[in-house]
Amino acid sequence: MTTEVFSGAEMVVKALSALKVKYIFGYPGGSVLDLYDAIFQQDEIEHILVRHEQAATHMADGYTRATGKVGVVLATSGPGATNCVTGIATAYMDSIPMVVLAGQVPTTLIGNDAFQETDIVGCTRPIIKHSFNCRDLADIPNVIAKAFYIASTGRPGPVVVEIPKDLMLPQNKVPFNIETNVKMRSYNPNIKGHPKQIKKAVKTISEAKKLVIYSGGGIVLADASGLLTTLVETLKAPITNTLMGLGGISGTHENFVGMLGMHGSFEANKTMANADVILALGARFDDRVTNNVEKFCPDATIIHVDIDPTSISKTINAHVPVVGLVDVVMQQLLDELQASNFTPDEEALQKWWQQIHLWRDMRHVGYKQVEGEKIKPQRVVEALYKITNGEAYVASDVGQHQMFAAQYYPFAKPRQWINSGGAGTMGFGLPAAMGAKLAFPNKHVICITGDGSIQMNIQELSTCMQYNLPIVIVALNNRSLGMVRQWQDMVYGGRHSSSYMESLPDFTKIAEAYGHIGIKIDSLDELDSKLEQALSIQNKLVFVDVLVDEKEHVYPMHIRQGAIDDMWVEKGVKA
Amino acid sequence: MRHILSILLENEPGALSRIVGLFSQRAFNIESLTVAPTDDITLSRITIATRGDDKVLEQIVKQVNKLVDVMKITDLTERKHVERELLLVKVVAINDKSRTEVKRISDIFRGSIVDIGKQIYTIELTGSSDKLNAFLDTLKNETEIIESVRSGCVGIARGEKALRV
Repeated sequence: MTTEVFSGAEMVVKALSALKVKYIFGYPGGSVLDLYDAIFQQDEIEHILVRHEQAATHMADGYTRATGKVGVVLATSGPGATNCVTGIATAYMDSIPMVVLAGQVPTTLIGNDAFQETDIVGCTRPIIKHSFNCRDLADIPNVIAKAFYIASTGRPGPVVVEIPKDLMLPQNKVPFNIETNVKMRSYNPNIKGHPKQIKKAVKTISEAKKLVIYSGGGIVLADASGLLTTLVETLKAPITNTLMGLGGISGTHENFVGMLGMHGSFEANKTMANADVILALGARFDDRVTNNVEKFCPDATIIHVDIDPTSISKTINAHVPVVGLVDVVMQQLLDELQASNFTPDEEALQKWWQQIHLWRDMRHVGYKQVEGEKIKPQRVVEALYKITNGEAYVASDVGQHQMFAAQYYPFAKPRQWINSGGAGTMGFGLPAAMGAKLAFPNKHVICITGDGSIQMNIQELSTCMQYNLPIVIVALNNRSLGMVRQWQDMVYGGRHSSSYMESLPDFTKIAEAYGHIGIKIDSLDELDSKLEQALSIQNKLVFVDVLVDEKEHVYPMHIRQGAIDDMWVEKGVKA
Repeated sequence: MRHILSILLENEPGALSRIVGLFSQRAFNIESLTVAPTDDITLSRITIATRGDDKVLEQIVKQVNKLVDVMKITDLTERKHVERELLLVKVVAINDKSRTEVKRISDIFRGSIVDIGKQIYTIELTGSSDKLNAFLDTLKNETEIIESVRSGCVGIARGEKALRV
């Protein structure tokens, strides 16, 4: 009996297939031609051809954020691989599991400055969870299995696998062996929280008079929104979400006080500032949350639950650190609460909520839309929310429109909100929306973008045509780089240095040129009806270009170097 | 404060670059670094001398531990330990006086002269980094140092405690 043998290229495909991969997002080139040939000759995995490798990473990323499955990217050596760098950094900052397969020049040429040679493992070292250089043909399947295991466990993140061309040649064949149940002696992420810390946390929670739960992207990554909601309802405490954590609890839940941080709600930031105990769940006290760390919630005892020990006490000192998977730890907390016969302190809660309602009633998130004047961008997001019953997947780009989307589209479920929070990558929105649409072809997927961001990956309109991805793109077109302009208004004496967009194209015509539908909206009267029309079109991509008021700012906004609740609540008005 | 960190990690290509990269990426300080495979050749041991306050040290230890290749890290300076560094130094030894003086200082510091040229002595010395500093300072007063090389420090905990898999 002869053992069946396979080339390196065939083994890559077989390994991905064994790991249940459905899609690869990529772009071919010299060093990966054998791999593309192997992909051509099978039909288990579909390859999605993008128009730029950066978009491949964002598309894989959007697919992952919508589904929880590891996204796979394939790029050729040199420029193909370096084009992935921004997308890898984006995934890294938001802890998104991703495996990037990068071609490399043949082993014998490595280090020779060969054609399309770049040390991609070196280039990406600071922005990956781990990386591999394949040097042994027979080892390829297990390297890929390890890459998936590392990417998706512990604190997730991107893993780069570099494969030299000579390892994939069709004439070199070996038997295929893969161990999908990966074990590594040097990598064993914590799962359970330490029982002593759980007891300490519950004791602290029980003694709290003004507890707030502050949850982040970890809840979404762990698919732990059910447990979070139970915990919130058990503790009857207010909860705030980070930008990454939106949807972790329903945006319409009565205990939800809104997003916190730089553009967080007035009541969320006030609640944080006045809390005596902060229970942080899968959040990392990012500088866009804390404002000046020296002034951050000085009276609060902080319980910090995170899978990554480096996140704990990095910026804000945690009094009760708990390292573990956030879903497992929340279950431990619930069990311990029950075991210790926890009952909420109703009197303290009533006083606390009374105070929070007072803040809420001040309604500081707001805008004024006057009939006959330019459309306010917030009004567009509110309309989208109404038309889609709050059920759409919303991918955003980066800037003012991103904040308006976060503020005015209360997400009911996790994974509905897809945005580049940590890295703040413009150009993310369109390909990310495409990834979500690929995963959920029957759901509304909206890309909320701006006239700046959309032009950073607009070529992907072509990919949308090729793979029939009928998303709805809504550009809040203010003829400016809105967030830059806002800072220039507020901090730089209104000097709009390079923040205006001259020579904007007619986006509707661009959409039409790619074979899609373009709709332009420039008056309030037609806003709702035209948006409804756009969202009623099922089988075609629609690009809605909405001309909005370029003078609008995002509020509330942290006053620089202030405490978490030092905010501008409207133009020239401090809270 | 100065700390000596011992790191046990997979002896894989690129593992060292991840450690060095991490220190530069996060603006941690490296005073010295040594690396070599251990008795088990699948493992490398890195010793890093660094400086920082408690908060920085906590981050360094956590960040290094987070690297996938890293098995263990320990701060040797937290408890009793033995610390050694190797120095090779080439000095001018041109006449009787300087030769005698260099030999005398080497003997006092328990160094040994490992090479002699027409106009030079090369001395080998091991000890703590402080001792090596003191030796170099003393030499400078007596003669001219032509060249010196130090290994960076290595260390091991005293007693039963061991850094192993």
